[in-house]
Amino acid sequence: MRITQGCFSFLPDLDDTQINAQVEYCLEQDWAIGIEYTDDPHPRNNYWEMWGNPMFDLRDAKGVMMELDDCRTANPDHYIRINAFDNTRGWETVRMSFIVNRPAKEPKLDLARYDRHGRTQSYGLRAGG
Amino acid sequence: MGEPAESLPQTIDLAEEYRTSGVDEVLEELDRELVGLKPVKQRIREIAALLIVERARKAMGLSHETPTLHMNFTGNPGTGKTTVALRMANILHRLGYVRKGHLVSVTRDDLVGQYIGHTAPKTKEVLKRAMGGVLFIDEAYYLYRPDNERDYGQEAIEILLQVMENNREDLVVILAGYSDRMDRFFESNPGFRSRIAHHLDFPDYDDDELLAISEGMLAGQNYHFDDEAKVLMARYIELRRSQPHFANARSIRNALDRARLRQANRLFSSATGPVTAEELSTIDADDIKVSRVFTMGMPDSSEGQS
Repeated sequence: MRITQGCFSFLPDLDDTQINAQVEYCLEQDWAIGIEYTDDPHPRNNYWEMWGNPMFDLRDAKGVMMELDDCRTANPDHYIRINAFDNTRGWETVRMSFIVNRPAKEPKLDLARYDRHGRTQSYGLRAGG
Repeated sequence: MGEPAESLPQTIDLAEEYRTSGVDEVLEELDRELVGLKPVKQRIREIAALLIVERARKAMGLSHETPTLHMNFTGNPGTGKTTVALRMANILHRLGYVRKGHLVSVTRDDLVGQYIGHTAPKTKEVLKRAMGGVLFIDEAYYLYRPDNERDYGQEAIEILLQVMENNREDLVVILAGYSDRMDRFFESNPGFRSRIAHHLDFPDYDDDELLAISEGMLAGQNYHFDDEAKVLMARYIELRRSQPHFANARSIRNALDRARLRQANRLFSSATGPVTAEELSTIDADDIKVSRVFTMGMPDSSEGQS
């Protein structure tokens, strides 16, 4: 099942030229770029692994693309996303976030039913195979 | 479209290319603002010409390789290596060789780590920052410490070499340092020498050039010499040259800083009424005369000097 979160996720996957152009835009806005990856695409999973520190003083997108290539080599079958952080308000806020790499076979999110206290039932998403 | 698939231009007007690139402005500025340095300016002109021709060739579909532009600046202290490197970034940017045209200036400390596994990320960090611009490594010979074979500098050198080879279109590396030590550095790292196409040697300034530089520096801060002071300054430069630790333009800058100090002091102690702008911006003979350079006499004097 195709995971849709962040920008552009309803579009076809971005190719490297397009990613480069997006990163270039972020750098023009003085945003810092961070690369993160995970194998658990559950929407409630806020904590993706960081690929190195966010890059704060880049001038050119090439630096990000190099890191992204390294990350793809190390984690070919993971989700990788690029986050852009804006610090105009004094703290780093995510202004843009988009997926740049997906595993060949994406996991399914199942709707699961849970029995709770009494006869209550609740539903939630469960990442399955 | 009835035209053939390739619509490459048949002729290219080089003079027009030159004008539109805006590089002549930069070169003129270079001529105007930097005194002396003839061979360096000549070389920069050649590089600019090469890049324009290369661009024309590319437009006609004649070449696909990016020329190597890594450079090595050698010269004595204070001969303007850093200043020229900064200009170089600007020139290369206008010629469209580097995308952003910023200069990242680093020394050994910024590249080499303190413990195992620390160096590679540090060097990569710097390289990432320099992408799209110029990486200026000052006193590059410190990267290699022949006396310690486990020195992490070697690791930084290897990463640098790799990036210089693979990312030629992304960044230009400029090494700088004193001639003799750079030569020794290249002897022990032959890979470096072969990857650097341009070796620029910065000559020492002669006395007239240094005087012109000193006037330029003062003018930049809204000061000027009076006539007597100018004659004394010429004498000062002559004497200073024969004394130890002479560092060309840097020595001149330090001398001027001290002259300003003395001028301020003189104004304080001698002023009887309000001072004028003219007085505030004139360096006169007394401010230079008291310099120790005049009294020190022989260069091998045992006294320390400032």
